[in-house]
Amino acid sequence: MSIQRNDWSLQRKGIIDQERHKERVKEAIRKNLGSIVSNEAIILSDGKRTVKVPIKALDEYKFRFNHQKGKHVGQGDGKTRVGDVIGRESRPGGGQGSGQAGQEGGVDYYEAEVNIDELAALIFEDLQLPYLEEKAKKAVQSRKTQFNEIRRTGVIANLDKRRMILENIRRNAREGNAHFGDIKKEDLRFKTWEEVMRYESNAVVIAMIDVSGSMGEFKKYIARSFYFWMVRFLRTKYDNVDIVFISHHTEAKEVTEEQFFTQGESGGTVVSSAYQLALDIIKQRYRPSDWNIYPFHFSDGDNYYSDNEEAVRLADELIATCNLFGYGEIGEEGSSSYRRSSGALLSIFTDRLQNKDRFVGVRIDDKEDVYPALKQFFGKRGVEVPA
Amino acid sequence: MEDKEIKELEKAVEQIWDVARRFGLDPYPTNFEIVPATVMYEVGSYALPGRYSHWTFGKTYHRMKTMYDFGLSKIYEVVINTNPAYGFLLETNSPIQNKMVIAHVLGHVDFFKNNSYFSKTNRRMVESVSTHTQRIMEYEFKHGRKTVERFLDAVLAIEEHIDPYFFIKREVSVAEEKRRAALQPKEGRYDDLWLLDKAERESKEKKLVSETEDRDGPRERLPEKDLLFYLMKHSPSLVPWQRDVIAMVHEEMEYFVPQMQTKIMNEGWASIWHARIMRELDLSDNEHIEFANLHAGVVSPQKGQLNPYYLGYKIYEDIERRWNEPSKEEREKFGRVGNEGREKIFEVRELENDVSFLRNYLTEELCEELDLFVFELIEDEEWTITEKRWEKVRDQLVSNMTNFGFPYLQIEDGDYNRNRELYIKHHYEGTELDMRYGRKALEHVYALWGRPVHLETVIDEETTVLHFNGDEHGED
Repeated sequence: MSIQRNDWSLQRKGIIDQERHKERVKEAIRKNLGSIVSNEAIILSDGKRTVKVPIKALDEYKFRFNHQKGKHVGQGDGKTRVGDVIGRESRPGGGQGSGQAGQEGGVDYYEAEVNIDELAALIFEDLQLPYLEEKAKKAVQSRKTQFNEIRRTGVIANLDKRRMILENIRRNAREGNAHFGDIKKEDLRFKTWEEVMRYESNAVVIAMIDVSGSMGEFKKYIARSFYFWMVRFLRTKYDNVDIVFISHHTEAKEVTEEQFFTQGESGGTVVSSAYQLALDIIKQRYRPSDWNIYPFHFSDGDNYYSDNEEAVRLADELIATCNLFGYGEIGEEGSSSYRRSSGALLSIFTDRLQNKDRFVGVRIDDKEDVYPALKQFFGKRGVEVPA
Repeated sequence: MEDKEIKELEKAVEQIWDVARRFGLDPYPTNFEIVPATVMYEVGSYALPGRYSHWTFGKTYHRMKTMYDFGLSKIYEVVINTNPAYGFLLETNSPIQNKMVIAHVLGHVDFFKNNSYFSKTNRRMVESVSTHTQRIMEYEFKHGRKTVERFLDAVLAIEEHIDPYFFIKREVSVAEEKRRAALQPKEGRYDDLWLLDKAERESKEKKLVSETEDRDGPRERLPEKDLLFYLMKHSPSLVPWQRDVIAMVHEEMEYFVPQMQTKIMNEGWASIWHARIMRELDLSDNEHIEFANLHAGVVSPQKGQLNPYYLGYKIYEDIERRWNEPSKEEREKFGRVGNEGREKIFEVRELENDVSFLRNYLTEELCEELDLFVFELIEDEEWTITEKRWEKVRDQLVSNMTNFGFPYLQIEDGDYNRNRELYIKHHYEGTELDMRYGRKALEHVYALWGRPVHLETVIDEETTVLHFNGDEHGED
């Protein structure tokens, strides 16, 4: 029998393995970008820097019972009776939108803390504005500060310590004793920079969204999470990209960014109205000879039948004036693409568009499709783009 | 903690030890370590100090430590089943908390030493795991950390599927070796001359081959409950270091399984004795109140859930009462004479595990008093109480404890389809597997077996076989 008190200050094992766990989390994030990109916590983050997102890949898989299909024993306060309800299961897919997770077994996702900027860097790694061309009027610029010169004078904050030490040792060596010490003014070296302006061709993105009555919560959410990342992506990678926001139902109007992301509407759908407005805006403000133009349109594919022909015609016209026209069609939540209706716009576009080279159509049925859609629209070209 | 306090605690340990002995407890000598929270949670998350590194331990550690940092939960004690045993005390515990923890720990150590399910437990497990850690570190160095980690991921996915009576197998095989050795004629100086006789030599070689085949074929001694053992021995794809890793995990699980089999009994036992020992100590009024609070916290029923501490505690109390003051019926029917309560609970702690403990000693009156019930999910929506008849409740509890709460799996064939495929059968007893997890776990089994794997189970009351061939899942 004894009581001991040892020095445990060198004990680090838990912390070391915690790091191993963190590594796994990072890896899992990379693999789960698809589901993280469209996670509510991020889209609705309201400028918070870090958010918690559930990560599936970190479960420790075992052979275990389906908790929800099992019978369990509990303990009451003495007054329980058969038929009493002691708890409720959150509906799968409801509210938090946990997807299919609720259906099978206990939901014990690992919640990882994610920094949105880091996440953005991961997501945007391979994205770019496709088919960017040199245009006459140069406005898009990316500014870069390059430290590319070493001088003997400068601001002390820009002191290059490494070179200073090197110079010091060198000087001491010249004086016969190679060591570091006795720093003199002549040892000091400063970094200086040059501001490099990189002119790129100017670009405008026209974001169009269908806010008609048939665009339910899920569909609107999908469209907005796509645009959330698109706007973020454009602003991170390019200094000067114009973004025009258009929302439409039977008629289209140009809206502010805030309205675009928050407004709800109802009514029918006339897609051509948005395309017409886009063409008008291009004509007035963004001459194709000066601008790279990227119209994107998200809708559920439900258009007034009588408008389809006009929509196709204007879409063709848009494609002719722009670098790439992206169209995203959002299905019912969870429905598979096999069930797409032939009357929907996407299939009409693929059938009837004259100029399909610069057209990218994407079908989205699930939150996890948002990331692949981003990659299809903004992925590096030269890669086959399935229409 | 100041030296003075440590001196005081030393005195308390002596005192508590004496009281425990007087009550008839018989623990191993126990060393107590006063540790900071980080160490406490480390030992808690690895379950044994010095265990090998794996991210899952880091995950548990992080979670426990975070809960502690936010004041959400706190571990008061960790006890290690070795001889001598180790008890860890949190350095921020109050003196009364420490005394109660010491008494509680001695209850556990008595249980470890005397419960028959621990009779084969390796009492030098801390040393064993530290050699495991060394070896795994070497493998990480040699084969890369990621490789070893991924492999451990797969092994840990099935770690619970070992045979709790594995020691019998080991003893039988050791005895068998001995018997064979004894049967072999002693080799004499000129015995090799016999081998010059070709016929003799061939028959002997044949015999040797058939013997080893009998013992080592993938289809022998099936079905096999011990998945880890079987894969270690018969997997067509593993290399020696991988088999060694499985052997180490197996050895550690052999150590943990008795604890998994006796959770309710062990906690109940420690709780009943910490309460009684504390009552024997000279406590001031304030200390008494603090202790009463702590004790109530440990054995309080949690709404809706089942607190193993409380359930075990109540059952021991009930047994003791029923053997001290048997009813007329019990006297006549079972010949109980009364005043045998103490003796009886010591016998129970020696002979039973959770399953038999509940099966034999959970009574109708107790079920009623504790207000136990069976509940299940109705129409995917509401968790509803569906049963209160005590036998049904007891049987459900027993069934949930069977195989320490894990599905019962057995290897049925290691040469399925005559193609060295692995066929595992889940013995369905009314509860379906979590299929999402099941499929993923099957992928891990595939990683260990290296050839197609099959799992027979029941889905929607129909026998279904899941397949995984390394690329895709199938089902029929």
